[in-house]
Amino acid sequence: MRISRPTTVWLRMPLFALAVLAILQIPADAAREDALLVDLSDELIGISTGFTGASVLLFGTTDGQGDVIVLVRSPNSSVVVRRKARVAGIWVNADELTFDDAPGFYQVAASAPIDEILSPAKAQANQIGVDNIIFRPHEFLTPGEEQVFRDALIRNKQRSGLYGEKVGDVSIQGGRLFRTRLELPANVPTGEYTVTVLLVDNAQIVSRSSTQLSVRKVGIEAKVTEFAFENSHWYGLLAVLIALFAGWFAGFVFRKV
Amino acid sequence: MSIYLPIAEMSVDVFLILLMGGGVGFLSGVFGVGGGFLMTPLLIFIGISPAVAVATEANQIVAASVSGVLAHMRRRNVDFKMGIVLTIGGFAGSSIGVVIFTFLREIGQVDLLVRLCYVVFLGIVGSLMLFESGRAILRRQKGTASRGKLHQHTWLHGLPFKMRFRRSRLYISALLPLSIGFFVGILAAIMGVGGGFLMVPAMIYLLGMPTSVVVGTSLFQIIFVTANVTYLQAVNNQTVDIVLALLLLTGAVVGAQIGTKVGGKLRGEQLRGLLALMVLAVCAKIGIELVARPEDLYSINEIDGFGL
Repeated sequence: MRISRPTTVWLRMPLFALAVLAILQIPADAAREDALLVDLSDELIGISTGFTGASVLLFGTTDGQGDVIVLVRSPNSSVVVRRKARVAGIWVNADELTFDDAPGFYQVAASAPIDEILSPAKAQANQIGVDNIIFRPHEFLTPGEEQVFRDALIRNKQRSGLYGEKVGDVSIQGGRLFRTRLELPANVPTGEYTVTVLLVDNAQIVSRSSTQLSVRKVGIEAKVTEFAFENSHWYGLLAVLIALFAGWFAGFVFRKV
Repeated sequence: MSIYLPIAEMSVDVFLILLMGGGVGFLSGVFGVGGGFLMTPLLIFIGISPAVAVATEANQIVAASVSGVLAHMRRRNVDFKMGIVLTIGGFAGSSIGVVIFTFLREIGQVDLLVRLCYVVFLGIVGSLMLFESGRAILRRQKGTASRGKLHQHTWLHGLPFKMRFRRSRLYISALLPLSIGFFVGILAAIMGVGGGFLMVPAMIYLLGMPTSVVVGTSLFQIIFVTANVTYLQAVNNQTVDIVLALLLLTGAVVGAQIGTKVGGKLRGEQLRGLLALMVLAVCAKIGIELVARPEDLYSINEIDGFGL
């Protein structure tokens, strides 16, 4: 599905943008509001029967100076992190800590190492990098303990390919044209993703542009899930009926064999 | 060719699933067991969450048991009255099993419970079967066919609510099959199995049913218990993956037909010995996983909505 976004229309009007800037007093942190022009090759990632992951091309132009950082984030959810401990010789889940506001999917790509182009404080304030994602813990543990659980959450997410940082993955051509591939693995969570592109120049975020990427089940996958969650009584009955019929049918077919 | 499973929310190879269904179906045909105790750990092994594995396998066993029962009905090897009493107990037991399962899933202990149940019950049943078949093989070699007492009287026969089961040639308290059905039902729901491996020995040794009607009657009640588990899991946890179940049962149906033919060529005690070894192997594998230090002590679970 290929739908081009109307983002192109309001850009390329530097004088007008400057005027708006003066009126709205947009902070200096986003001083070159019109510097970025961004588009995605797909706006909708449909999870259908043959889905094994997807690759979306993100491309755009800058006004010529600076590095590009791309953040991809899926909607937040709550995640419980559990720690195993040995009880009577076997490993059981003992302690746990729940975090809110954990994105199901989070990827950063940049045209240069982030710590070289942006101060740690700026990276933290904009949640750039997996270590800068703000999770809200349900309980207060000692800072050290909380950090251990945070790291475990990130580590588990990274292991399943859902969190990641890819430095140097954004290529800039001719100083103006940039592109990167957003790789979504087969286990991506569904939802409305936000793709944010930041233009960084002189350790300042001078421009930002956001666009939406929709990841959802389509076709029979969507129908089955919707049925299972919204009409679970009928879904359960249907599952049983199908099994009864399949069993009877198999018995019937192989009766004479 | 890969297919995306809508409820398990993962992409699997169609042929791998068909092969797994076929392989387990073959073994269940050879040994005359449901195969849930093999399939559920296998599903978890390939990365399907325990909640989806247990619920979906229950769905598949419904189909496997129906085609099994049809064959036994033609040979008149089903004691319907006994089956219904067992089913009543099984319904109550499996309903409670699903409640336990849902509760433990919420507090993050379902993995542990499923594994512990596997180790304990497969360990007990496997050891007993191995011991019994070994003795039978030795006895056959010695050629001394000893004959046990036909009917032993214990306190179990003094229980109230006596009922007559004609096909099983029994006059026993209904409380016995009710409680056996109840207990096996709980485990079936938690372990994602039909429970035949527990039900069959219980029928033979605790109820004293003639072996000819045991398997058919066990399968008969398994249909209802696993149907109940399927329905309740779908309603409580939304973890029944119809697509996965259909793939599994397609493979299993074909495998079982081949397996039945092979099984007919082997002797009973040899079969039981081999089955016992297989049961113990699964038990040992899961046991080792419980004891060995996990690679990462920490694990994560999304709380709201989908998946486990």
